[in-house]
Amino acid sequence: MQLTFYALFAPFIAALFAPMLVRMFNHNAGWILAVVPALLFFHYTGFLPEIAGGGRVTGGVEWIPSFNVNFSWFIDGLSLTFALLITGIGTLIILYAAGYMKGHPQQGRFLSFMLMFMGAMQGLVLSDSFLMFFVFWELTSITSFLLIGFNHDKERSRRAAMQALVVTGLGGLSLLAGLIVIWNITGVSEISLLLGTGDTLRESPYYLAAFLLILGGAFTKSAQFPLHFWLPNAMEAPTPVSAYLHSATMVKAGVFLLMRMNPVMGDTVLWETVLPLFGGVTLLVGTWLAVRQTDLKLMLAYTTVASLGLLVMLTGFGTDKAIEGAVLYLIAHSLFKGCLFMVAGNVDHEAGTRDVTKLGGLMAAMPITFGAALLAALSMGGLPPFVGFLAKEEIYYGIAAADGWSMFITAVAIVGNALMLVIGFAVALKPFLGAKVETPKAAHEAPLLMFAGPLVLAVLGLVGGLLSGAFHKFFSSPMASAVAGTPLKIEISVVPHLGLALTLSLVTVALGVAMYWAMAWLRGRMANLLEAIGWGPDIGFDQFMQSLVKGAAALTRKIQTGSMETYVTIVFVALLVSLFGGLYKADEWPQIPEFPRLFVYEWAVILICVIGLFSVIIAKNRLTAIVSLGIQGFGVALLFMLMGAPDLAFTQFMVETLSVVILALVMTRLRLLPQDHRSNYQIVQDGLISLGVATALTLILLGVVQTEFDPTLTEFFNAYSYTIAHGKNIVNVILVDFRGVDTFGEIAVVMVSGLAILALIRIMPRKTNPDLPRSENTEEII
Amino acid sequence: MRTLIFRTVAPYFTSLMLIYSVFVLLRGHNEPGGGFIGGLIAASALAIYGIACGVSPVRRAIRFHPMAIAGFGLFMAAIAGIISLFVNVPFLTGLWIYPEIFGVELKLSTTLVFDIGVYLVVLGSITSTALALEERERD
Repeated sequence: MQLTFYALFAPFIAALFAPMLVRMFNHNAGWILAVVPALLFFHYTGFLPEIAGGGRVTGGVEWIPSFNVNFSWFIDGLSLTFALLITGIGTLIILYAAGYMKGHPQQGRFLSFMLMFMGAMQGLVLSDSFLMFFVFWELTSITSFLLIGFNHDKERSRRAAMQALVVTGLGGLSLLAGLIVIWNITGVSEISLLLGTGDTLRESPYYLAAFLLILGGAFTKSAQFPLHFWLPNAMEAPTPVSAYLHSATMVKAGVFLLMRMNPVMGDTVLWETVLPLFGGVTLLVGTWLAVRQTDLKLMLAYTTVASLGLLVMLTGFGTDKAIEGAVLYLIAHSLFKGCLFMVAGNVDHEAGTRDVTKLGGLMAAMPITFGAALLAALSMGGLPPFVGFLAKEEIYYGIAAADGWSMFITAVAIVGNALMLVIGFAVALKPFLGAKVETPKAAHEAPLLMFAGPLVLAVLGLVGGLLSGAFHKFFSSPMASAVAGTPLKIEISVVPHLGLALTLSLVTVALGVAMYWAMAWLRGRMANLLEAIGWGPDIGFDQFMQSLVKGAAALTRKIQTGSMETYVTIVFVALLVSLFGGLYKADEWPQIPEFPRLFVYEWAVILICVIGLFSVIIAKNRLTAIVSLGIQGFGVALLFMLMGAPDLAFTQFMVETLSVVILALVMTRLRLLPQDHRSNYQIVQDGLISLGVATALTLILLGVVQTEFDPTLTEFFNAYSYTIAHGKNIVNVILVDFRGVDTFGEIAVVMVSGLAILALIRIMPRKTNPDLPRSENTEEII
Repeated sequence: MRTLIFRTVAPYFTSLMLIYSVFVLLRGHNEPGGGFIGGLIAASALAIYGIACGVSPVRRAIRFHPMAIAGFGLFMAAIAGIISLFVNVPFLTGLWIYPEIFGVELKLSTTLVFDIGVYLVVLGSITSTALALEERERD
């Protein structure tokens, strides 16, 4: 159990050492770093027998016990299969990345990011506690941002990274809100416990809110239409990233979330309508847009969008077979899509282009890569005896039925699958077969580091199909059971079985082959259609961001006028309203106090204060006014001392002195006019506001003095200040001991404001250069 | 403000005030005083010195950038709190020792360290502001 605890941190620790190892061993560091995910993979295989037997493993340590938040993990069929995919494919990807990025000056950083992402993804699927789940979810968004923007000197990369972060980040917030809603409805904050709450969630009046918020998280992460646009743009990332994050793992996090929630949120009309609808649309849009592309990676990216749509559609369809199909397809997709991306990377790396129209006849030069590509494409096309075939058969078993909705969904699935086959073959066959085309680089086979990954994945897709019994026993059946919430047993195999599903498969294949031959024509049609529409969510995103920035700027201009007088007026009017409002609302007007009986010298001090204030008002220039205000301050300090508050008096003296000094310095610094320039109207207005605030404060203070004094705190500090804190000066003891943390925060604030003031003073408006546009001049000042 | 008398008196005045500020800081636990007020006194001492003799003598005299002094103060306050964690009591719990030096019992505590931290933060932040304002045109 404790081993899993360390497993959750292992990739992050490896990430720490990656740059150092790369400096020492160059690209061969990949061999060392890949050991970490490989060990994790073997660690998780150890759970297989227990999970296959229907078991569930939980464990963890207390994190914040007072909030009932734990650092806990939960392993069942769903999370185990995901963990194995993440660590298994992760091992191959690290090796691949080592070869692909060989000689890149920032390879260490790249491998470090990849390992961090792996840690985040692993944590995401294994998390039991909601908060952990959310934290890892956001970590995948952040690491994905770093990876997409890896080529940060390219503007397109930066835009794609920002776009992915904004979309998935917003989804993450939606997820957090959703989890909190679920937490409130069910009262549990752990997934393992949530799965045991039965119908609580479904019957709650807040089901809709939870449903929409969770969907917000899942649909952004899994790139469902119309939020799919960030995924193709993310292809700006180096190919290992696309192969790992944007096909096999991260984008499946949304599907993972839906599958996780299926036992407690599924089986409602809402669930079974919205999911298939959005999934189906995404499937069709994704495949049709894929046909349009000529870049190998973009073609694959759009089919990934389509596959995610298919998975969402199946998860929401509601039959057990559909879930089995979804599970099989998810595993198959991770294998063949990861492989095909790496193949695309190899072609790009060795031939120098990814444009499918400029490639051809590479088979002789790159036989191993071609082999891997062919196997993967056959699996993607759903041909026997590959895992993809099992998936497709099971999908048709799951959704084909006589009613209208099922027939509609089936039709969608057939068209989608046929187009998937088209793209699979276009990526795997077109660059390798036919006449040799002149490529920017003289192509030759990729090195071992780079063909190992795709080959292993492609072969696994074949082995899984052939040994379907063991495959189902250890992977697909436990996973499907976890998704359905009831034990399921998958039995599909490659042995021919006549029936509806096989017929539909044949239709799909026939349709696919037909469309493959007509691909050039289809591509032209799609291009014309898209041109006719002219607008897409991708452009919409830019418009959204632009209007956001413009709106923020307009709002700032409106409320931040830059005039100090306006700010001060607003602050004091607000103070006035809230003080009087409070007194009025509570109806606690003070009684008029009796005339105070003071000593003569106390009267004298008060007189000094009044004289000080009077001279502030009549002062001819500002400096005199500031100093006169100081007189009043000193008078009050004197009163504090006479009334028995030496600490307060002491501080008041110092604060008065320093504020007079600093105010005077500010005045000279800002080169203010010595005279006040306010108009009579403004003088009256300001005078009224200050009189109002003064009256309100006086009333409040009188009211406070007139209420009965609660001596609890005084007694407490009197009694304990010396016995506990060894100090007789209660004020100081409170500051440095009883409320020490408060003071700590306050001095931090003092220091930060000191820094801010320093920065403000140091901003010297340089002489504006009239030749430069305004914005550049401002930048200089900042 | 560069009158001869002021300029002659200011250094003595400043040193007296600085000594007094330390005195106020140290007596704070039992008598009126403490880190905050001590820091204010020290800051005004330096402000006076600056007004009388100009900014660069002050900067030379205190050797470090005032913000660095403030930063060190915040660091000290944090350390005072963290020491408590090592003896398994909550953050910022006061710890006391009573060593005897030359036959006099001294009461030393982490709260004293904390208070010195407060003193330095207040001194540094305000001095930094005052000095920056006193400085005429830069460059």
